[in-house]
Amino acid sequence: MSRKMLYRHAIREGLDEELARDENVVIMGEEVAQYNGAYKVTEGLWEKWGCRRIVDTPISEAGFIGMGVGASMLGVRPVMELMFWSFHSVAFDQLVNNAACVRYMSGGLINVPIVMRGPANGGTNVGATHSHVPEGLFAAFPGLKVCAPATPSDAKGLIKAAIRDNDPVYVMENTLLYGTEGEVPDPEDGDHVVPLGKADLKREGTDISLIAHGRSVLHALEAAKTLESEHEISAEVLDLRSIRPLDQDAILETVRKTNRVVLVDESKGFGGVSAMVSHIIQDQAFDYLDAPIKRVTTIDAPAIYSPHIENEQLPNPKRIVERVLSIA
Amino acid sequence: MSFAPSDHSQLDFAGSPVNQALTADDKIELFRKMQRIRRFEQSALKYYNSGKMGGFLHLYIGQESVAVGTLSLCGENDHNITAYRCHGHALACGMGMNELMAELFGKATGCSKGKGGSMHFFDPERNFWGGHGIVAGQTPLGLGLGYALKYKGLEGCALCYLGDGAVNQGAYHESLNLAALFEVPVIFVIENNGYSMGTSQKRSSSFRGCLAQRAEAYDMEWDLVDGSDLYQVRAKTHIAMERARKNHQPTVLEIATYRYYGHSVADANAKKYRTPDEIENYKQNHDPIRLWQRRITEEGVLSEEKAKEIDDEAKADAAAAVKFAEESPAPTVDDIMDDVYWETDNDTEASRVGKHFFND
Repeated sequence: MSRKMLYRHAIREGLDEELARDENVVIMGEEVAQYNGAYKVTEGLWEKWGCRRIVDTPISEAGFIGMGVGASMLGVRPVMELMFWSFHSVAFDQLVNNAACVRYMSGGLINVPIVMRGPANGGTNVGATHSHVPEGLFAAFPGLKVCAPATPSDAKGLIKAAIRDNDPVYVMENTLLYGTEGEVPDPEDGDHVVPLGKADLKREGTDISLIAHGRSVLHALEAAKTLESEHEISAEVLDLRSIRPLDQDAILETVRKTNRVVLVDESKGFGGVSAMVSHIIQDQAFDYLDAPIKRVTTIDAPAIYSPHIENEQLPNPKRIVERVLSIA
Repeated sequence: MSFAPSDHSQLDFAGSPVNQALTADDKIELFRKMQRIRRFEQSALKYYNSGKMGGFLHLYIGQESVAVGTLSLCGENDHNITAYRCHGHALACGMGMNELMAELFGKATGCSKGKGGSMHFFDPERNFWGGHGIVAGQTPLGLGLGYALKYKGLEGCALCYLGDGAVNQGAYHESLNLAALFEVPVIFVIENNGYSMGTSQKRSSSFRGCLAQRAEAYDMEWDLVDGSDLYQVRAKTHIAMERARKNHQPTVLEIATYRYYGHSVADANAKKYRTPDEIENYKQNHDPIRLWQRRITEEGVLSEEKAKEIDDEAKADAAAAVKFAEESPAPTVDDIMDDVYWETDNDTEASRVGKHFFND
C-alpha cells in the first residue's frame, strides 16, 4: 500500500524514521526546531525529539556547517539544513575543502558521514542570490555525492539513503516541489530507501529520451504528454534522481533505445549536469545517435527577478517541446 | 609584540597542581618531545632545500613548547586539530618521524599515503584531526569535535589551534559565537608568532589589549600565555581544559611564541619584515627548549649528558626517518582514486550502484 503525501512531509517522514533508527542522527540548521522549519519540512520534529536531536543554529553557515563536518568525523551523523542551497557560497570552504577532501588528505583515515539538504531552485522570483542550482557544481568535487529528488517518494527514499551513507551527501530539494503530492510507500510495507546512483524511468517512450532531474522531470513529463497528444511523438522520461554517483547505464540504455535525446537541466549551459551527461552519451553511445544531443537549460544570465518572465528563463514544457521538435 | 605578559612575568607556574604532578621522567619527556620536533624540522628543511619535497614547508621551530605543553595535558577523550603548521602537533601526539618524513617526501608509506603532504598530517587514532591548509578553515571543525564529545556524553575537550593570522577570518568568529552559545567544550589556542605571513600583528589586527580579549565580545573566558615558559603553558591550558571538560565552557588562549623561519620556507621576505636582532633576541632569551633545559637542569632533573643523549637520539631518528622516506616507494597512478569515498574503498553495496568516478 502507499499513501498520497506532500514532498515536504515525505522528507519529514524520512528524517523522523532515521532519527528513530540511529541515535547519532542530529538535525541542525536555521529555524529547523522551534520555528518548525522555514518550509515546514521539519515541522513537529523538535517537539517530538527535543533540543538535543533538533538544533536551531544562528545564521552562520560557515560555522555550523563546519561544526557538523567536525562532529561527523567523530561519528555524529548530522543532517544540516541550508535554508537555501544558494547560501552555499558563504560556507564554500567547509563544503568543498573540509567535507569533500578530509578523507583523501588523510589517506582514508577519516570519513565524513554528513548530509546537507535544502532547496536549490529558481522560479520563485527571489532574484539571483537565492536561485542558484549548484548540483553540477558540487558533483564536480570528488568526495561529494549529490542527488536531486523530483517526487515525494524519491525525496523520502533518497534522504534515508543519504543519511545512511558514510560519505558526505548533498541533497538538492526544491521550494516549488515541497507542496507537490505523490504516492509514497507505507512504512508498514518495509523500509523505503532509494539507493544513490540509481535513475528511474518515469515514462516509457520510443521516439526520444528526455533526461532530467529535480523539478525539470515534472516539466519533461508534461512536455511528453503534449508531444504525444499534439505531435504523435512518444517521449521517454528518465529521472536521474542521483547526480553523483550517476546511473550511466540507464542513460545509455534509453539513448540506445530512442536514438534521440534532449537533456533538461535547470543549470546554466556552461558546465552543469547536462554537460557531463552529454559528454558521456557522445563518448559511449555516439553510433546510436540519429541527431545531435540537445539541451534545455536555464537561459544564461543570473536569475531574473521579474515574475512576468522568470518561468521563461527556466526550463519549462513549452521550451522542451520546441527543442524536441527541432530534432524529431 | 610581547613575549612575556607583564602581569605574569614574575609568577612561577611550577607550583601549579598540574606541574607539581610531573615526575622527573615526565619533565625529561617534555624536553625530549620538543627536541625531537626541532631536529625533525631541521632535517625536513635540509631535504626540502635539496629538492626532495614538493609544495610548502611551514616549520614549527621556535614554537615547540606550545604543541608539547598543551598536548601533554590530553587524555583519552581530548582531541586536537590545527592548521598547516602541523608537524609539531603530530610529533607531540606521538606520531612517528618515519611516517611524517615519508609524507613530506610524497611516499606511499607516509601518514596520508602521500596524499596530504606537509600541511595535512592526520592521526585519528591519536585524536589528531589534522593538519588543515586553509587559514581558520579548521576552526569550525575543532568546534565540531567538541560538539561531538558533548553529544556523546564524554568528559573531554577539543584543542583547536590557529595562528594569529587566522583571527580575522569569519569562520573563526562564527566558531567563537557557536562555541559560547552552545557551550561547547573547545579551547581555541591562538599560537601568536607575531606575523601573519609577512604582515605583523600591528598591521593586520585591530583589537583592545590582546587578540584573545576579543573573546569577551562572545562572553567567553580567555587568557594570555607566555609560550616560552612550559610550566605556564601547561598550567593555564589545564585550567581552560578543565573548564571545558567539567563545565562545557569554551576558552580562547593566546600563547605568545615565535617562529625562527619564514611563514613557509618559500617565504622570500622572511628576513625583511623583521630585524635580525628580533630573531636573535628570541633565540637567546626566549627559546622554549633552551629555557626548559635550563629550568630542569637547575631542578637537578636533567644532566648535560642526558640532554646530549636525547639530542643525539633525536638527530639519529630524524636521519633514520629520511632514510626510510628515501627508500620508500611512491604512490602509483592506481592509488589516486583510493580514499575518495568510504563506500567505494570498502566496496559496499552502495558503492556498486552508479558511476562514482568520471574518467574517459
